Amino acid sequence: MIIGQIRDGIVLDHITAGRAMEIYNVLGLGELDCTIAIIQNADSVKMGKKDIIKVGQVIDLDFTVLGYLDPGITVNVIRDGALAKREHLSLPERVCGVIRCKNPRCITSTEQEIVHEFRLTDPEHKIYRCVYCESPAER
Amino acid sequence: MRSIIDVMELSVEEIEGLISTALDIIENPAKYSEACKGKKLATLFFEPSTRTRLSFEAAMLELGGSVLSVSSAAASSAAKGESVADTARVVENYADIIAMRHPKEGAPLVAARCAHVPVINAGDGGHCHPTQTLADLLTIRREKGSFEDLTIGLCGDLKFGRTVHSLLGAMSRYKGVRFVMISPEELEMPRYLIREVLEPNGIPYEEVRDLEAAMPALDILYMTRVQRERFFNEADYIRLKDSYILTPEKLKTAKPDLCVMHPLPRVNEISVAVDDDPRACYFKQVLNGKYMRMALILMLLEVTV
Repeated sequence: MIIGQIRDGIVLDHITAGRAMEIYNVLGLGELDCTIAIIQNADSVKMGKKDIIKVGQVIDLDFTVLGYLDPGITVNVIRDGALAKREHLSLPERVCGVIRCKNPRCITSTEQEIVHEFRLTDPEHKIYRCVYCESPAER
Repeated sequence: MRSIIDVMELSVEEIEGLISTALDIIENPAKYSEACKGKKLATLFFEPSTRTRLSFEAAMLELGGSVLSVSSAAASSAAKGESVADTARVVENYADIIAMRHPKEGAPLVAARCAHVPVINAGDGGHCHPTQTLADLLTIRREKGSFEDLTIGLCGDLKFGRTVHSLLGAMSRYKGVRFVMISPEELEMPRYLIREVLEPNGIPYEEVRDLEAAMPALDILYMTRVQRERFFNEADYIRLKDSYILTPEKLKTAKPDLCVMHPLPRVNEISVAVDDDPRACYFKQVLNGKYMRMALILMLLEVTV
């Protein structure tokens, strides 16, 4: 399968196989009117299989959200057909407004205006906990 | 301006400072009797509590300050649906410092993020109760002389008991500490605390079922209540509540300088016959709690004496 090069845009590479659609939805890529290619289960020397998303436009990305969802992603920014910037993501220390706390005893369960906020407490096991009640985030 | 939501926000040095202040208050109460003159503490208690609220109020009064009090959610605007954030924004206009107890976990943090005065978490559901841990720490220091080289037995409800969770974290910062966790299988210490607190700090621990077998090795025995309100199922509560009851008979194999602690209120997990044993320290904890709350109020109001 051949998918053409992009001249200006973003390539999200090394997405864990099977997660491309989730990332597509969380980043709201469906709302863009540029060309978008979603490649699933591509062969990868490093990962065996991987997903790739190509966006035919340079957009602002929330690296915090991306890092939380899939910290192995590489973000390549393409300008004038050449690689302008490459970012390797890492697990963010804090994630705000992305995950919801499921603990019924947490204050966020009754006060709707509070932004749900999680912090990384165990990087090895990728555990995030609610800053209010310390319940773990459920993926 | 600083608030205290979790005891782990306090460094070892700050805890030393609070203990030092508390010990000075014990030695020289008159020196502190007007330290907070003109300052007001608001105690916002949206959940039943006798001891903690009275302790905060006694602490402020002994510092020469005044107290404004809300003693139940039903008596406050919360009953009309006011948010915690709005309550904090209102009360900060009346008080210099707020002590809040709330059934919802994280409510005092919400208040602290909105208010422009210090907020002390006086207990938020099953989450944190930092001033109880400060009371525990002062008790350990006064009874054992040090935080190092202690074998600490935690007994009872280790799953829902917020006081043992906080004590575990606070004591894990000292050298030579080891834990013996004594509980029924259903109420074991949560795995995440072992993984995130004990293991990274290399703290030795064991989990056992038998209180009597564990007794001879202990320097501190921290008993907890199996709390009815933490259970979703009444049958589970009734089945487990009598699992571990401390009696004079069980204390026979204990060290002569064992320190028996309990955050109170007790139901029946420590027999009243133990109260006269010199190793019973749980009523001393109550008094130590007041001194540590005094020290904490002074610290947060940045009052120097």
